[in-house]
Amino acid sequence: MDLLKKIEEQQLREDIPDFRAGDTVRVHLLIREGEKERVQVFEGVVLGRSGDGAKETFTVRKNSYGVGVERVFPVHSPRIEKIEIAAMGRVRRAKLYYLRDRAGKAARIRTKRNRKGE
Amino acid sequence: MKGLLGRKVGMTQVFDVDGNRVPVTVVDVSGNVVVQKKTEDSKDGYNAIKLGFGDIKKLEKEGTEPKWRISQPRAGVFTKLGLDPKRHVKEVRVNPEDLEEYEVGQELTANTFFPGEFIDVTGTTKGRGFTGVMKRHNFRGTKASHGVHEFFRHGGSIGCSAYPARVIKGKKMPGQHGNVRVTVQNLVVQQVLEDDNAVLVRGSVPGPNGGIVLLRSAIKKTHG
Repeated sequence: MDLLKKIEEQQLREDIPDFRAGDTVRVHLLIREGEKERVQVFEGVVLGRSGDGAKETFTVRKNSYGVGVERVFPVHSPRIEKIEIAAMGRVRRAKLYYLRDRAGKAARIRTKRNRKGE
Repeated sequence: MKGLLGRKVGMTQVFDVDGNRVPVTVVDVSGNVVVQKKTEDSKDGYNAIKLGFGDIKKLEKEGTEPKWRISQPRAGVFTKLGLDPKRHVKEVRVNPEDLEEYEVGQELTANTFFPGEFIDVTGTTKGRGFTGVMKRHNFRGTKASHGVHEFFRHGGSIGCSAYPARVIKGKKMPGQHGNVRVTVQNLVVQQVLEDDNAVLVRGSVPGPNGGIVLLRSAIKKTHG
């Protein structure tokens, strides 16, 4: 097991901020178009994080022209340039799947200034 | 042809140069030793190397001779050559021109393979015991309703009647599932860890974690 842990630890990124379900994040993605690389931003609410170690992923949901769009990103992917926390949300569960059934005002999340102990 | 014996450590994922996620199986290959060389012009009649893998405990008690925890004839093969006995012994066919690169007693490391190389991996699959037809052959079973009773996971009819009056050979039926030797062909070496003496193979490999697997160069595919 130790060897697996060691391999995964080498993949981990240190520069990922601490974000949780309910936070609104801006994910800066490196997109390759032919030879050129450019940055695309995906902004939305984090529905939850899943998995651990190098395999950890998180789901971001946003509303694009009236259509709900969800994307799953590996937390430690080298294709992510950076993750910005736009707002911290005050939520009471780890997975916000109930947001899928809500739209508009009902899908709002209360924000808070900072986390406990920070 | 070249080969290594290894122990399946488990699966994880790594990111490749493009940032894609790649599922890999980690195979620990530390402690591979060449036990014997077979050549075409000797009495063996073919070119191969015999590999030893897996450490064995030595029993050391005061007042008695140290003894290996393995039968004496099996230990003798190694001690005669001045080597420590190994638990697993396998033979790998080798091209005659490559045979000179090996010497008896030589330790083989993960460096035997290089990233991007195609290999075949042989192992013993997880045993599932005596299994029904749904799990073993992916049969669909029977309907859960519409009057079906006591016939939910059965395979149905197994053939015709008076002609041919027998069941066709090879008919898929319940029986032992798993615990067989299986070779998966054309897997790719994703990464070679020199320090840990381990090979990362893209995709899955037969057997449970901790199982013994044999890595050999692919016999069908040599380059992508």
